[in-house]
Amino acid sequence: MSVDASLSIQIALSRKDFALKVELELPANGISVLFGPSGSGKTSLLRCLAGLETPTGTITLAGERWLDSARGLSKPTWKREIGYVFQEASLFEHLNVEQNLLYGFRRSSHSVQRGELDSTLELLGIAHLLARPVQTLSGGERQRVAIARALAARPKLLLLDEPLASLDLARRKEVLPWLERLHEALSIPVVYVTHTVEELARLADFVVLLNQGLVQASGPLDSMMYNHKLALSIGDETGIVGRGTLIACDLQNHVAQLSFAGARLWVRDQGIAIGTVVRLRILARDVSLALTVPENSTIQNYIQGIIESVQAFVHPSQALVRVRCAQDVVLATVTHRSLNRLGLNVGSPVWCQVKSAALIV
Amino acid sequence: MTGFVSAEAWEAIGLSLKLAGLSTFVLLILATPIAWWLSQTQSPWRSVVAALVTLPLVLPPTVLGFYILISLGPQGWLGQLTQSLGLGLLSFSFSGLLIGALIFSLPFAVQPIQYAFEAMGKRPMEVAATLRARPLDAFFSVALPLAKPGLLTAAVLSFAHTLGEFGVILMIGGNIPGQTRVVSTQIYGHVEAMEYAQAHRLALGMLVFSFLALMMIVRLKSRQERVLP
Repeated sequence: MSVDASLSIQIALSRKDFALKVELELPANGISVLFGPSGSGKTSLLRCLAGLETPTGTITLAGERWLDSARGLSKPTWKREIGYVFQEASLFEHLNVEQNLLYGFRRSSHSVQRGELDSTLELLGIAHLLARPVQTLSGGERQRVAIARALAARPKLLLLDEPLASLDLARRKEVLPWLERLHEALSIPVVYVTHTVEELARLADFVVLLNQGLVQASGPLDSMMYNHKLALSIGDETGIVGRGTLIACDLQNHVAQLSFAGARLWVRDQGIAIGTVVRLRILARDVSLALTVPENSTIQNYIQGIIESVQAFVHPSQALVRVRCAQDVVLATVTHRSLNRLGLNVGSPVWCQVKSAALIV
Repeated sequence: MTGFVSAEAWEAIGLSLKLAGLSTFVLLILATPIAWWLSQTQSPWRSVVAALVTLPLVLPPTVLGFYILISLGPQGWLGQLTQSLGLGLLSFSFSGLLIGALIFSLPFAVQPIQYAFEAMGKRPMEVAATLRARPLDAFFSVALPLAKPGLLTAAVLSFAHTLGEFGVILMIGGNIPGQTRVVSTQIYGHVEAMEYAQAHRLALGMLVFSFLALMMIVRLKSRQERVLP
């Protein structure tokens, strides 16, 4: 067990038709995503961290014991310095936005000026909503207020339980950028529950794959994205998430160029400044393999690499191929038939052809 | 106005209002923790307590009144208690009526509050706990304000029910003018004395009051639905 600021968890919880058994060490900062199908125990694990469920075992945050069932210790929820955002915003209906925000702020122990709240309001873009009754807010606004309310209590650990799940697609697109801003601004560990690959790809630094109450795999995002168990559980949405640097843009054609895995890729221009390091996601199904760079193709993006592994995939006809490209990895789903036809094997040099539209920045 | 009903009747009206007001006040304080416990507990005693609290709703007033009378008497446990406290016996007194009212109006106070707490679900209290509120703090700052429509309904219902109770009051109060004669027993007295006009005025007053009280509850309910999603 380490003594740094990380969150270490060894717990077991059994309910009538469900059992959770988890041993985990989560990093001291950044977003750790608990990922898995519904019923896999993600929310139960989060509730255990908050003290809303009482499992057996130990939970330690930054050396501070929150749970030690062997010694009969279980800190009640209100004594744990957490922020918790529920699936539905759960704002207090009898209070307006400002009173909701001040509820936890006033009860948190440190003596801090009201001014500190302002940076949170700005971070989530809700300063103009303060006087509104919560019934008049849109779904996206409610969820942003709920996140701000959790942060206003100055937590040492922020827990988010599928904060976008209750929102429709448009609202999700509205809230997601605020979560990304939060990601950059926060210095506390965040545990984020989701079952959507998009949120995983955009927000995670560390990934925990849960299934049937057990941890299937865990690790930093980039390596987890080509973890075979995760790939199998997300199937068609399997792909890598990498970091690239924007190096040029072609305003006339609305595309930008970024460097990634020793190659230069064209992506849709999103008005991001040159020199910025961005996340990009390349779906395995959008990558095909070739022995040479074909001429006269509409595909503009090629990355050179060497096949590192070939694994079985969802359908028996398919193979999931991991290609090492410079310091990065690209995944491709191809058929076994094509692999045989081209004589591709572990160690073969290949060109990965990537449709530019497949790059999600 | 004094000519509209007799001085005796005014006395009964005053006594009725005092009894209903006092008992409603005490009932809200008593019923809120009971309702909270019933809405939260998973104890096997829940069904027992729930049945006991609801009992006054289904028992014939004479049965209820009989047992209250017995327990208030010199051999009853309430009677022994009040005697040992130096309060004497409370049967056939206003204090006795008040104790009776607390019992026969209890379900009318507990149930609306309990429903309000149940409708709220566990989530608001969980949210409050994650925002550093101690359980008691969370109860007063979140649960009670959210249950406000239920509390108002409970207040109106128990006030109106206490005002209208007849059988239990006759059993334990004895219909003594100025002490235990309330509007409902006064009406009975007028009818017995063939003073139908007098009885009619009081009865109509009760009818109008009960109607207005129920209308107020319906209004509260529709507001509650708008507030609680």
